[in-house]
Amino acid sequence: MLDRGLAAIRGTGHHVVNGVWRFGFACRFFLAVLMHSGISFRRFQLTIKEIYFSGVLSLIIILVSGLFVGMVLGLQGYETLQKYGSEAALGSLVALSLVRELGPVLAALLFASRAGSAITAEIGLMKATEQITAMEMMAVDPIARVIAPRFWAGVISMPLLAAMFSAIGVFGGYLVGVVMIGVDDGQFWSQMQSAVDFRLDVMNGVIKSCVFGVAVTAIALFEGYDAPPTAEGVSHATTRTVVTSSLAVLALDFLLTAFMFRGI
Amino acid sequence: MERTTLDLWVGLFVVAGLAAILVLAMKVGNLSTFNMSESYTLQAEFDNIGGLKARSPVKSAGVVVGRVTAITFDNKSFRAQVSMVIDKRYQFPKDTFAKILTAGLLGEQYVGLDPGGDEQILKSGDIVAKTQSAVVLENLISSFLYSKAAEGDAKK
Repeated sequence: MLDRGLAAIRGTGHHVVNGVWRFGFACRFFLAVLMHSGISFRRFQLTIKEIYFSGVLSLIIILVSGLFVGMVLGLQGYETLQKYGSEAALGSLVALSLVRELGPVLAALLFASRAGSAITAEIGLMKATEQITAMEMMAVDPIARVIAPRFWAGVISMPLLAAMFSAIGVFGGYLVGVVMIGVDDGQFWSQMQSAVDFRLDVMNGVIKSCVFGVAVTAIALFEGYDAPPTAEGVSHATTRTVVTSSLAVLALDFLLTAFMFRGI
Repeated sequence: MERTTLDLWVGLFVVAGLAAILVLAMKVGNLSTFNMSESYTLQAEFDNIGGLKARSPVKSAGVVVGRVTAITFDNKSFRAQVSMVIDKRYQFPKDTFAKILTAGLLGEQYVGLDPGGDEQILKSGDIVAKTQSAVVLENLISSFLYSKAAEGDAKK
């Protein structure tokens, strides 16, 4: 009885110590990435290559999802608004929900599952096949050469992807609302323009997506770097990347929204 | 992949992303229609501001000329103090009349400025002296009911 109780307490302690250790390692890793990011700007070609892999190749999924999300918002928003006879407000509904929330958040979730998982798998495999150790043997710093360019590529791509998501989403809402259902064209745009403020809505959305970009890429890189160098370890790390970064994005979104729009 | 093709794709990607931000600013947002580069502040005291909020528009003749920046309650006069920033391009005479109006039946409330005929213009920090409060629906209904009741009494 006592043994089992002690084992349970020991188990808890083990988890806590492990968690704290991993968190500390993640912080040191993040600092190391920031300190070694000089090379990713001096040899910008390295970063450009990673922007291609995580940004340009994510374009299709971002644009198609953005279009459909905007179209669904247009349909659902119209259904509700027309009950109150204010279907002219459809434009501001679609634009505000996309620019403030859905654009940054959904783009970050898609980015986490499309690019984040790929980054984790790639770095995990590089570690498993001892490429990272080989670099260290050749006196090439793997953090500066492999990790930092991927980090900055993610941070640069994320706001651009989120902005494209919002823009194409507004276009999708326009397609359904104005072209398909027949909401008045002028009212759609003018209500939208009077409701959406550049600094308060558009810029806050961009800031949000920058923060999400940092969070998602940092988590993906850390999980890859920290993965046990086995096939199983890499597969677990990839799963953890998607789960952790999605949760982080949603939690950060709540925090940022509370600060930005409630002014706490 | 060739380095030049890679550069081309990444360049296109960045340009498209910046263009999306520009579209959001110009077409979706209000940067193109309302851009206050230089502005001055005005104060006004109202008996009742109704549903006026900070960031509500200030309009004159239907044109947005500024925004409400802050609303505070004055402890001495027991009235609401509304601060607004007005675009420098628009000047108003000293005897301008400030009203709280409603856009549509249930729309948002805004401050309407009716210019008077004074020679002097309002400067930064000035107080708009003549104001009219928001119409509160309950007050409207109760005064209507009282007048109806008074009519009923008069008939008897």
